[in-house]
Amino acid sequence: MDKTQAIHQRLRKLFESQNLGVLATHHSGQPYASLVAFYATEDLRHLFFVTPKATRKFENLKADSRVALLVNSSTNQTVDFHRAVSVTVVGDATEVVGSKRQPILERYLKKHPHLEDFARSPSCALVRVSAKSYVMVQNFQNVMELHLNQ
Amino acid sequence: MKWVIFAEDIQHEDRQRVGGKGYALALLAKNGFQIPETVCISSDAYQEYVDCTGLRERIQLELHRKDFKEMRWEEIWDCATRIRNMLLRKQIPDSIANRLKAVIQSRFKDKPVAVRSSAPEEDTAKASFAGLHESYINISGLSAILEHILKVWASLWSDAALMYRQEIGLSVEKSTMAVVIQAIVPGDRSGVVFTQNPNEASQGVIESVYGLNQGLVDGTVEPDRWILDRKTHRIISHTPATRRYWMVPIKQGVQLNPLPESMSQMPPLNAQETQEVFSQACRAEDFFGAPQDVEWTYKDQSLVVLQSRPITTLSAGKTEDNRGWYLSLHRSFENLKSLRKKIEVELIPAMIAAAEGMAEIDLTVLSDKALAHEINQRWNINHKWVNVYWEDFIPFAHGVRLFGQAYNDVMHPEDTYEFVDLLTQTEMASLERNRMLEELANQVRNDPQLDKQLESENHSKLDQDFLADLETFIQKFGDLSCSVTGGTQCVQDAMPLFKILREMANHPISPPEKRKSNTSDSLKEKFLSHFDGAQQTQAAELLDLARASYQLRDDDNVYLGKIEAQLLTAIQEARQRIDKQMQTRGKEPISEDLKKVLDEFDHQPETLNPYQKQPGQSYEIKPRQLVGQPAGPGIARGKARVIQHHSHLAEFKSGEVLICDAVDPNMTFVVPLASAVVERRGGMLIHGAIIAREYGLPCVTGIPDATTLIKTGDEITVDGYLGIVTLSGTWLKGPGRDGDE
Repeated sequence: MDKTQAIHQRLRKLFESQNLGVLATHHSGQPYASLVAFYATEDLRHLFFVTPKATRKFENLKADSRVALLVNSSTNQTVDFHRAVSVTVVGDATEVVGSKRQPILERYLKKHPHLEDFARSPSCALVRVSAKSYVMVQNFQNVMELHLNQ
Repeated sequence: MKWVIFAEDIQHEDRQRVGGKGYALALLAKNGFQIPETVCISSDAYQEYVDCTGLRERIQLELHRKDFKEMRWEEIWDCATRIRNMLLRKQIPDSIANRLKAVIQSRFKDKPVAVRSSAPEEDTAKASFAGLHESYINISGLSAILEHILKVWASLWSDAALMYRQEIGLSVEKSTMAVVIQAIVPGDRSGVVFTQNPNEASQGVIESVYGLNQGLVDGTVEPDRWILDRKTHRIISHTPATRRYWMVPIKQGVQLNPLPESMSQMPPLNAQETQEVFSQACRAEDFFGAPQDVEWTYKDQSLVVLQSRPITTLSAGKTEDNRGWYLSLHRSFENLKSLRKKIEVELIPAMIAAAEGMAEIDLTVLSDKALAHEINQRWNINHKWVNVYWEDFIPFAHGVRLFGQAYNDVMHPEDTYEFVDLLTQTEMASLERNRMLEELANQVRNDPQLDKQLESENHSKLDQDFLADLETFIQKFGDLSCSVTGGTQCVQDAMPLFKILREMANHPISPPEKRKSNTSDSLKEKFLSHFDGAQQTQAAELLDLARASYQLRDDDNVYLGKIEAQLLTAIQEARQRIDKQMQTRGKEPISEDLKKVLDEFDHQPETLNPYQKQPGQSYEIKPRQLVGQPAGPGIARGKARVIQHHSHLAEFKSGEVLICDAVDPNMTFVVPLASAVVERRGGMLIHGAIIAREYGLPCVTGIPDATTLIKTGDEITVDGYLGIVTLSGTWLKGPGRDGDE
């Protein structure tokens, strides 16, 4: 496997193995961070999460769709500093509505079956983040970027 | 947690925490062998030390700075040196030290001891760490013993041990170290015995010297050697040594002394003693269940076993490991001293003579066939010297490392590379060249007309004095157009030298920092004050050797360059002839001899970006922050100038960051113009790092794929403190917004 494929695969594995990420939105320039349970497509083009529509994060992303999502493999131990991989996804968030919603929700619940009641609630929105770039940090300070063709 | 365990109390379940050496000694004692008084400092004590000092993760961060497979040996040495210095600067906390002191005091009182490594993975039948970790003989006093425990712990991370562990697939995260402390047995004769000869399974081998074993183990004292029949124990042969030296204990450590005449006439063992040594070792083999390598000593006619371990080279499939090569990277002071003599007296004069001999040949009078022959001859001469470079010059660089370790061991400096400041007193050829360049640039700076003439490429009216100085420079260092020192006219139409001179004239450069030369004397004084008597003389000799070694790191390429330049001159002559022949459009036939020889030299592999976007690939990988080795402190931001070919150097502009595969002294003339240096090749003692340090520039080395990932014109930040190169990114900047990342 060449170095390019190795990076892509590492990202895919991370997004498969992790359940939670920190979503960054803003309100009038004030940054705001929230924890979300996500699901990512295999080609890394889209990530999905579910949120009640009354939340600050949903309000923020409706006002400005530009978001970032941080996903990492740390375990809250000292070894994380050399071992963990941390990735920031930069992209645009939109609510998924209409016929596409159901099949995506099913795939989302396959990864997070315990969120069944929550995710199916009419008060929740299914949000898609269309990724533009991934910024991957490993070995503490090594940073590579993956830019998706738009 | 059991931090200290006496040899007689060691149980089977303690095997991991006392390490291979400690456990074997306990077994020997239990089976009736006489061993020195022995105490084990278990690996639990090491674990406690790295945890409570925060060193555990600091070590791992250092080791995981970048992919181990992408690290050159020099980088691994640097990494090991930094870790060693980290440990030596973090004294053992009182909570641990007080417990160790109490036991050592009660057990050994004021007796001198040996402090030996005993890693749990050491001395199993699968792996042998013999020689890769450190042991110290004849250490007296509580604080000295504690300091040497620290040194043994640090040797867990020696470059050779790191490479070996990587090779045999042992995890660096799980590596740990126990320490064996033994009362010194001041034996009058010592040796090693292999119960099975690694070269002949039916035989055993005994090697023996007068005095302590240290001289035999490190190769400085030649041993007498006996070959015995494994079954009958009959002596098959005895090869006497030229018995000149013996290793004796001194106040702190050991010393190599001439052997008294009376002893040099007699072998260290008589026939009966060889039988006793061999029988004891075979008994050890019986209960360990594998052929053994046993160290022993005779004290007052009584045989004492110092250690026993399996002979790993006999195990199937394990004979091919590179432990021997890793060990060969380290050369002793004596070995380096004789290498220095060879280099200074024999090799360098021969290199100069070889270059001069070639320069005397008038290539223009040679026939095409003779010129082709001459090119091949020069290629062979060059090839021979490139081999000498690898076999003798590169190993001699270890002189700097040997001194570095000695310096760090006594000074515990905050900056692991402070010792380099003591070495920069030596005059390096490339610095002399840069000084001459600066003088020429001064003339251009003070004479606007001269500047214009150089710019216009109209050189017919150049000032005679300037031309004379220029000629002196070219004769000495070449016209800078070639990738080797002393080469001229590699690029026919370019004026690299003039371009660089004009750039230097328009951007005055401050001379290399003088700070170091001022501090050098006081550092030297401080360093030497840690020794007295004969040891001080030895320390001064080591510094002298290191200075010679450091100077050669730079000068060797200059000498080699002069030889390469002669090869290039011959190739240039051949090219010109072929060009001329081609211009006659068939009237003059093209020489097949020359064409053939040139084809062989023209092939150059292209360097590729490993992240190059492939057709059909839906994404692109870009570097943002690359980690290498911090090689020159400081931080700078500037436009990158990537040097993939020597001719790119002529385009170098003041304030740019020099990005290259490997800086060699033949290209360091642009360093004074640079704001920072980034190099693909890693290491703290490579040319780029040395010259950057001379000029006080931030420098990062060991950035994988540096010349393909970074493009000329990229805005980059070079952090020489942390060894990080950051490429400025504007990709997150949305339209009409100010924010960057």
